[in-house]
Amino acid sequence: MAEKCLCEQSEIIIFSCAGSSNVGQIANQTAVKLTQEGMGRYFCLSGIGGHVSGMIESTKVGKMLVAIDGCSVGCSKRTLEHVGFNVDEHVQVTQLGIEKNHDLNLDPSDVKKVFDHVSTRIASR
Amino acid sequence: MKIEVLGTGCANCNKLYQNAVEAVKQSGKEIEVMKVDDIRKIMEYGVLSTPALVIDGVVKTAGKLPKTEEIKQWIK
Repeated sequence: MAEKCLCEQSEIIIFSCAGSSNVGQIANQTAVKLTQEGMGRYFCLSGIGGHVSGMIESTKVGKMLVAIDGCSVGCSKRTLEHVGFNVDEHVQVTQLGIEKNHDLNLDPSDVKKVFDHVSTRIASR
Repeated sequence: MKIEVLGTGCANCNKLYQNAVEAVKQSGKEIEVMKVDDIRKIMEYGVLSTPALVIDGVVKTAGKLPKTEEIKQWIK
């Protein structure tokens, strides 16, 4: 593992639902791409749901929380709110015209569409 | 009781360690305070921002520099 200092705080923290549908995985891939493009930092939603103290305390220092959900169930937003966090930017993939199904062979153009939308929303803040 | 200060050695990590040692000293209790600078061990706590303070395995803060008085409240 490469040595990396963690002293630089993550101002924009990104969570995604990563659910077991196309839109859940599109949400996940979008979060990965946003992190790779330097738009924020992907944190582990399951760590929040599991009440992992390190994850929760690390999230508290974020200046902006972004939640990307695949569908209207809104698991990532709900999970964050359940432990007391306010989500600053919430995006739902199905609201961008992508229909939910269980085909996990993702269309890269769908990921790009969500990425473009979320990155624009983050940049406008 | 055991206190662990997680950090890779920056000024804030060292300051937190000093605050923790001072808090223990003022409390008059026998509490072990140790530095953890191995990034792999830090990641095992799920900590993504340092410095972090761990008391008996529970992360109390991450990415912050709590003062001595605050730490004293956690160990009293």
